[in-house]
Amino acid sequence: MLFVELIAQGLIQGSIYALIALGLTLVYGLLRILHVAHAAFFTLGGYIGVMVANQTGSLAAAIVAAMIIAGIGGILVFRLCYQPILHQPPFVPLIASIGLYIAAEELFRIIFGPSGLSYKYAFLQDQVVLFGFLRFKLAEIAVMLGSAVIIGVLSLLQTRTRIGVACQATVSDPQMAESFGISLQKVGDINFFVGSALAAFAGVMVSVLNNMVEPTMGSVPSYKALAIIVLGGLGSVRGTLAAALVLGVVESFGTIYLGHYLDRNAIAFAFLILVLMWRPQGLFART
Amino acid sequence: MEYEISLATTMAISVLFALSLNLITGFCGQISLGHAAFLGVGAYTAGMLAKAGVPFLLTLPLAMLVAGALGVIVGFASLRVRADFLAITTMGVGFLFVGIVRQQDALGGEMGISAIPDSGMSKLVFMLFAVAMAAAAALLSAYVRRCWMGRVFSAIAEDEDTVRVMGIDVPRFKLTAFALGTALAGLAGALYAQHLKFIAPDSFGFIESITVLSMVVVGGIGSVIGVTVSAAVLSVLPSWFQVIGTYKLLVYGGLLFLMMRFSPGGMAALVKRIFHPDRWGAK
Repeated sequence: MLFVELIAQGLIQGSIYALIALGLTLVYGLLRILHVAHAAFFTLGGYIGVMVANQTGSLAAAIVAAMIIAGIGGILVFRLCYQPILHQPPFVPLIASIGLYIAAEELFRIIFGPSGLSYKYAFLQDQVVLFGFLRFKLAEIAVMLGSAVIIGVLSLLQTRTRIGVACQATVSDPQMAESFGISLQKVGDINFFVGSALAAFAGVMVSVLNNMVEPTMGSVPSYKALAIIVLGGLGSVRGTLAAALVLGVVESFGTIYLGHYLDRNAIAFAFLILVLMWRPQGLFART
Repeated sequence: MEYEISLATTMAISVLFALSLNLITGFCGQISLGHAAFLGVGAYTAGMLAKAGVPFLLTLPLAMLVAGALGVIVGFASLRVRADFLAITTMGVGFLFVGIVRQQDALGGEMGISAIPDSGMSKLVFMLFAVAMAAAAALLSAYVRRCWMGRVFSAIAEDEDTVRVMGIDVPRFKLTAFALGTALAGLAGALYAQHLKFIAPDSFGFIESITVLSMVVVGGIGSVIGVTVSAAVLSVLPSWFQVIGTYKLLVYGGLLFLMMRFSPGGMAALVKRIFHPDRWGAK
């Protein structure tokens, strides 16, 4: 029974990772930038979620507001921060992004205070029992279902709509796509909007799950998400999803069986390093 | 006077630490996001040895040796993965170091090691010693830059595949860069442990790695003078201005971002542009 519970917990954690890492993959596939500052939108989403929910009393309104505001923020970051330095060697945008993230985390601390905020109304905190022995918080089920639905809809949009196909074309050959009349600017905007909105959704869900937000809530997911997209083979969407779920499960087993030797982050990164030494191109990369 | 001496020691250790990263990232182009781990390895080695009764001057080479040996191991990773993958792998090494040390009771766990025995030097002599070590590292960097090895380093940073095609043994040079850089970081760590007399895992985490990276980047990646000046200034800024002390991370993060966004060559490139105004138009 412990086995199944650990897998379930791992999948919940994994689907949160997947939501965050998906945006990173979208950005990496398009621009070849490791967008560390992405996690700032996860935190931003959490804060907007708490504030809107406390004002309106509606979780749906909170989610929508968080996703839209974070999405617009994502476009701004793309245009103001990344676009001017795209022609530089890869470490330049990487370091810029780390700087941006650290500054953003400090701003959250300065503006909202170091101790964080929590919800006035507790959402989705009821316990549910599945199959007679698996105990979940309603919020945990909402996280899993929510990410499955969102990711499913996204993949439909990507294959069935003009814009989605344009995005795919741009990722595989930007110059060719441009000469077919696809606006790189627009595709970049869409990717950053969607990616940041997904991160914000994850931020709201995690804040509901823990019933609080704090300035540092993004830091661990941000580095984990980097590990995940590297595991997934950088830029591969399916690889990222698989890697997120695998890492979630590895962590949940690792903390039980290796917790005395390594903490949770160390387990994740030890796994990452082992995998990379074995397959330098990532776990699920096309070769 | 006591305070100024302590500040100067901190400054010298930061310069040494930043120069050690500059050897790997600046000269050889191998990005490292976990360099603080090697500062930590040096600090823990020296701290444990000092507590076991080993004299201070002997702890320094041993700390360098241990840090350098681990550096070579991480260097092997740089042979396997490149660029973005390497950045994430080294970041992982940083997290791994903190994660392991935290769980080891023998290394003091979460609480770290305190009451590290005195070096026997007076504060002033210790400060001069640290400054001398930093100066030696700067001279070594300047020498490496000029010699044949340094030229291969910058060629690797520029275009690794071409260097390989020319028949140069790239792995050997990459490993050398890692060994040199991490051994110097170990030395900085040993001095750090002796200076503060107290070390804990959190002092060697991701933030510390980013801080030293920002010193290198703000100074100008690869520029010995630029890195020395920026490490010296950035390490004491928080103590000089209380405002900056409170918002230290905001200032560091902001500087890092603005530097990359507007002058990826760092201060060194800015200064060059001022003295060679004709380069303003050049790309």
